[in-house]
Amino acid sequence: MSGRILTFNIFRYDPQEPGDKPKMVQYQLAETSGMTVFIALNRLRQEQDPSLQFDFVCRAGICGSCAMVINGFPTLACRTLTAKYPKGEITLMPLPGFELIGDLSVNTGKFMRELAERLQLWLHPKGGDMDIHRLEDPMAPEEAAKLYELERCVECGVCVSACATKQMRDTFVGAVGMMKIARFELDSRDGRSADDFYHVIGNQDGVFGCMTLLGCQDNCPKDLPHMQQIAYLRRKMASTLL
Amino acid sequence: MKLIYTDCLVVGAGLAGLRVAIAAKERGHDTLVLSLIPAKRSHSAAAQGGMQASLGNTVKGLGDNEDVHFQDTVKGSDWGCDQTVARMFAHCAPKAVREMSHWGVPWTRVTKGPREVVVNAERITINEAEAAHGLINARDFGGTKKWRTCYTADGTGHSLLYAVDNKAISMGIPVHERVEALHIIHDGERCHGVVARCLITGELRAYIAKATTIATGGYGRIYEVSTNAIICEGIGQALALDTGVATLGNMEAVQFHPTAIVPVGILTTEGCRGDGGLLRDKDGYRFMPDYEPEKKELASRDVVSRRMTEHMRKGKGVDSPYGPHLWLDITLLGRKHIETNLREVKEICENFLGIDPAKDWIPVRPTQHYSMGGIRTTPTGESPQLKGMFAVGEAACWDMHGFNRLGGNSLAETVVGGMIIGKYVADFCDNNDLVLDTGLAQGFVDKARAEIDALIDGEGRENAWQLKAAMQKVMMDYVGIFRNGPELDEAVRQLKSLLERAANLGVTCKKRHANPELVEALRVRRMLKVALTVACGAAARTESRGAHAREDFPQRNDKDWLCRTLASWPDPKALEPRLSYEPLDVMQMELPPGYRGYGADNAIAHPDTARREAEIADILAKLGDNASREARQQALMPFELPESLRPANERLSDRLHGGVSGKTQLTNDNAPASNTAGDDNS
Repeated sequence: MSGRILTFNIFRYDPQEPGDKPKMVQYQLAETSGMTVFIALNRLRQEQDPSLQFDFVCRAGICGSCAMVINGFPTLACRTLTAKYPKGEITLMPLPGFELIGDLSVNTGKFMRELAERLQLWLHPKGGDMDIHRLEDPMAPEEAAKLYELERCVECGVCVSACATKQMRDTFVGAVGMMKIARFELDSRDGRSADDFYHVIGNQDGVFGCMTLLGCQDNCPKDLPHMQQIAYLRRKMASTLL
Repeated sequence: MKLIYTDCLVVGAGLAGLRVAIAAKERGHDTLVLSLIPAKRSHSAAAQGGMQASLGNTVKGLGDNEDVHFQDTVKGSDWGCDQTVARMFAHCAPKAVREMSHWGVPWTRVTKGPREVVVNAERITINEAEAAHGLINARDFGGTKKWRTCYTADGTGHSLLYAVDNKAISMGIPVHERVEALHIIHDGERCHGVVARCLITGELRAYIAKATTIATGGYGRIYEVSTNAIICEGIGQALALDTGVATLGNMEAVQFHPTAIVPVGILTTEGCRGDGGLLRDKDGYRFMPDYEPEKKELASRDVVSRRMTEHMRKGKGVDSPYGPHLWLDITLLGRKHIETNLREVKEICENFLGIDPAKDWIPVRPTQHYSMGGIRTTPTGESPQLKGMFAVGEAACWDMHGFNRLGGNSLAETVVGGMIIGKYVADFCDNNDLVLDTGLAQGFVDKARAEIDALIDGEGRENAWQLKAAMQKVMMDYVGIFRNGPELDEAVRQLKSLLERAANLGVTCKKRHANPELVEALRVRRMLKVALTVACGAAARTESRGAHAREDFPQRNDKDWLCRTLASWPDPKALEPRLSYEPLDVMQMELPPGYRGYGADNAIAHPDTARREAEIADILAKLGDNASREARQQALMPFELPESLRPANERLSDRLHGGVSGKTQLTNDNAPASNTAGDDNS
């Protein structure tokens, strides 16, 4: 695909700049082979507009920093190849549902930290032998594998931006919140009961608010089983009422 | 002046920094962490393969203990490490793995009974003990005698970082995100905190603390192609250099990882080879056994990277528009193994190469990966020059890696070093008062403001991105895997010229708040000084040791170079660092310099080596055959640790045999481990 001239339509807005208004700005760039949106944005900044704001860290699809809306779909920009777009037109928008820092940069970090504090997204150990000098407690190998499977979430925010419920109800915990709850609920080392989790997500802001549109499942860059976990939590939470 | 004060300030929210913060908070100290990015996005998350700890649960790890881990680490360092630190580390690694389990890491576990694995391109069956079922598993990694690398699939760094950050959140430790440190506040003897800039608002703040810990990671991004995240730009090392008094250690010790994908340089884990993957050339030929008949693909990283480069220089590389590369073949591991234990690798192959690694070979090439050098510290993690300034993790030269780091030892260093040094940081906070010298702080804030003003309002016309690209190219071309005098001299000459040009930097984007160009301009000057410490250190070191391979001085020279390079920058106007050297004392070593086990044994011996070997033999003979391995170790090289970390590590073998020391061994069909410190230089 090299040799094409790509057209980028990029959302530009600096909320700290007095008088600035949101707008779309068009840029053109010669495509090179293997070009990703990461490479393209850096070149645009270095060669055409040094004020352009966006976030990348690992540039390898691991850290979750660079989610943005590319031609209508939220995804990780670092691993999106420009060759994927046959027309050579790429529209970039910041992730909706998060505080805008500027242009394509949004504050997912602040959102995720607040979510973790609100839902207490950390292991609450059952107690027992926590002596680090002694042999560890065994865990079923299948359980460990299952926990890792659910733990692959990179907090990129794609599920939040792809969620219609979240767009309508600001306090909704989103697929990221429920995935993490499911992860700790399944962890045999965690001392919280189903009742404890019910208090956190057994309501409109949690599993019973989900409209099952499954934008989370469709767009999650880590292919996490959101649908399955939300259904699992619903059944689990409903069973606490029996 | 915006002034924020705390007891324990940590710069960098990766694993090492967060672990120190937790240790200080546990002891009741007010603790605050600064980070360029949200903590969970730190580069620690990218570590795939695992962390080394001598648990010895898997049958392929039986007989492992602190002694074997220590010996592997020292040999891996090519005898460049601080052996006391390597001992502290090996002793605490099993504790850290177990602690991480308590904090939520879902370590991959041992399954009892027969299991098929790939060793040396053949499928063999190993039989895991009934009693080991459900205990923490380990995989094979390069340069280790035992299977010692504990892992969660190939997302170990991710799992660890999430568990540790979750722990920090549960303790209410604040992380000031999107904040960049610009200067260390100090009086030439004591560190009092940092001046930092908010990357969103542009606000300059003075953070004043009793103890300041630099945990900003490595400096891989001074190279054009690196496996490192784009934020690993050596700014922590530059902050230390900027003080004029603090020293950096062994900056020329830079590791190249054998298997980063071409062209983008993203890592595929050493676990690929540890689990049985092979390296092949353009003819599909497996070439590593020809070079390293014993360890083959699992020789130490520096060795494999050099052998790959040698092989490509013979014309055996695969031609590509991005230069020659070789193949990593993991197809023989089978789809199931790849989709469970190497799934991040699979995703990377799909997204960046468009290939399926269960069917296709992966194009790879040695690529800058790790910085062994860093801010020089004592074994307690403190700068020898600046009281109250600590450094930990890749940012530091604590010095457990010397001139080459073993795979799995860096992720381990973050949580083990953080655990140990965190306690010393807490001690420091117990024993020292906060010194609130607002005049001193204002001076450093003014300095930062003046630099920003000059970049925005000054006449400078040099472009930050262009200078950075030029620097990165110099480092790639002249300070790479193989080095020589003329090229290193050329590198120093060009870097000095770039540093001169950097005095005329200016920015076209004039915003004082969020301004990516300003951030780049502030960094590139700092990075150039870091790059110069690497190039100057490499030019001066006329020997080959670990990852520092001089074509014009191919021998390891213990006689003249058994020492640590120290770099400082006392004159801010100077164009190069001041270098000095800190000798490593053979007479204090538990494991005197010997043959590492790769290529020709051509090292130039240190005159004390034979003396120390005789002394060790004498000490051990006096102890007699019945002395425990712990007693033998203590007699050879006693080392300190915080009291709570001193107890012995229990292993499965102890439970099964009721013994307490590693003298008891389960029988297995592996060669028995060397159980005695200092006796094994093979």
